[in-house]
Amino acid sequence: MGHKSIDELVRAEEGLVSRSIFVDDEIFQQELQQVFSRAWLFVGHESLVPKPDDYFVSRMGTESVILTRDRQGQIQVMLNSCAHRGMKLCRYDHGNNRTFTCPYHGWSFSTDGKLVEKPGELVGVPGHATHYKGELDKKQWGLKTVAQVVNYKGAIWATWDADAPPFLDYLGNMRLYLDAALDNRDGSSGGSEVIGGVQKWRVKCNWKFAPENFIGDLYHDISHRSVDIVGIGPGGGKGRRDPSATRSAICFPELGHGLLGRLPFYEEGPYAPQYARYPEVEAYFRQVHEQRERTLGSAMRVQTSVGTIFPNMSFHGRQPRTLAVFHPISATEMEMWRMYLVDKDAPEAVKEAARHYFLRYSGPGGMTESDDMENWTGATEASMGAVSRELYFNYQMGVGHAQPVPEIPGCAVNGEYTEENARIYYRRWAQFMNGLSWDQLMAGSVRVEERAA
Amino acid sequence: MNATIDSAPIAQDSSVDDMQIWWQAQRFLHYEADLLDHREFDNWLALLDENITYRMPLTRNVRRDALAQEYSGKHDAAWFDEGIDTLRQRVAQIKTGIHWAEEPASRVSHLVTNIRVLDVVPDEDGGEQVHVRSRFLIYQNRLQAEVNLFVGKREDVLRRRDGRWTILSREIHLDQNVLLSKALTIFF
Ligand code: FES
Ligand SMILES: [Fe+2]
Repeated sequence: MGHKSIDELVRAEEGLVSRSIFVDDEIFQQELQQVFSRAWLFVGHESLVPKPDDYFVSRMGTESVILTRDRQGQIQVMLNSCAHRGMKLCRYDHGNNRTFTCPYHGWSFSTDGKLVEKPGELVGVPGHATHYKGELDKKQWGLKTVAQVVNYKGAIWATWDADAPPFLDYLGNMRLYLDAALDNRDGSSGGSEVIGGVQKWRVKCNWKFAPENFIGDLYHDISHRSVDIVGIGPGGGKGRRDPSATRSAICFPELGHGLLGRLPFYEEGPYAPQYARYPEVEAYFRQVHEQRERTLGSAMRVQTSVGTIFPNMSFHGRQPRTLAVFHPISATEMEMWRMYLVDKDAPEAVKEAARHYFLRYSGPGGMTESDDMENWTGATEASMGAVSRELYFNYQMGVGHAQPVPEIPGCAVNGEYTEENARIYYRRWAQFMNGLSWDQLMAGSVRVEERAA
Repeated sequence: MNATIDSAPIAQDSSVDDMQIWWQAQRFLHYEADLLDHREFDNWLALLDENITYRMPLTRNVRRDALAQEYSGKHDAAWFDEGIDTLRQRVAQIKTGIHWAEEPASRVSHLVTNIRVLDVVPDEDGGEQVHVRSRFLIYQNRLQAEVNLFVGKREDVLRRRDGRWTILSREIHLDQNVLLSKALTIFF
């Protein structure tokens, strides 16, 4: 690293971002500290832990964490590392446990509020009376737990930072666009579930390539021409998606979140048939469309194609409807996770049609996504050299053309093709990397109002 | 002393001890692998039954007493869950010449081995369904130095009718939890 300052590395106003932030080991270590140990991170979905004592092993930054539902039904997130000498407590991807017992020396930890005051507290120590002479203070040696955890419409978010603002403030009005993904297709609140199983795979690229892509890089659509030609859309025929209204690049400049989607609108268009080959699926989508009209009336609503919540969670809001998280492994490798969302109460045939479509679209075997990873790994590899890493990436498309969205405080729109969304993402990244306090980080944010509907 | 070769079936192995059918199944699977490795995808598609199910579930770390959940279920997420239409679409996508994850083309070698015929049952159309288990080791090399190794187990139902073999179903169990390659753009 040429020891440039963060402000030299990210010259967001000019649309310049140094390649070194995608390949440099020192910057990577700094990110773990400044970004991943402070920001709100997506750790999973409640449907991964439906019953008491269910757990799912997730990640926050490079660290393994246990997402569990305790016997009182509360979701807890704890570091998956024994307080005694660090051994990984949970060696399975998921399961059901009353206590977590360490394989190394047998310390055990519990989340049961009947046994312990604090989730993750140490409850069992072999030889506590004899070897420790009863002198070990169990209360002090529980598992490290996150400072805050939130279940937002089934999506679970956590932060290690007790000073981080409430999740809804961190999310800001991006909430409207996240809602559009998490809410039931009939317009009612929440009600989605993850199709069983999480895809996890390694990609030799810097983790930031993916959220940058999903924050609104419509420009790269050209790299998906091969799948557009083939046409894998749910209704058969051309293209690979639902028919959709013109998409705009929409962002929340003070918060670093953004998306491709629709500006606020007040009326559903007429239902466009798309599943002619599957009458039951067609009937469902027609019915939820009509229900949606009744539920929302003339209230304001939005639509999301793809979006990113800073720093490393992205989602597809329509079809395919998925959640993705990009876990850092090293400066030049990430682990990508994908989960697939459906309406919990949709008929089985609808869930199956959606599942097949999602799997052929996304994930490593997805006919669309496979080409994305090709781009990100190619760009990472070609930025590793002593010469190349000193160069800047160009994000100059549409500088200075952002317009406010009057209906949504804190929101800006940039037309269809722009790199403004990436610029605000890297500006946010630079603010975190510069170690700004939460007061400074949240200074420009707008208070969020409850959604009317 | 001359060693005697015991030609009797091995008592504890319940697989089908019919040299003819085992030989044919093996020839078929080796032929199929050869088509793939020589990128004769249309000829490969012709080996697939119109009703094929082609599925590669996710492989998960679970407790030994929950091994039934090691592979994701029929209605869960998977790496692949395909039928004939999407397999044809995949071939069409490769042929566009602008599917960058397969452009330039991967160099692929399928090693298919440990082939066992588990059972042979007549099907309604006068043919037979041959249930075959095998192992694969697939080497993929791309561009300059990108290498992916895929190792695992396959469970196929092959259909034999009028001397013609097709694949009716294929379930692929990849011996990897986190997939260690960035994309799956080859056939298994
Ligand atoms: S490391 Fe866990 S009990 Fe010693
Ligand atoms: Fe893409």
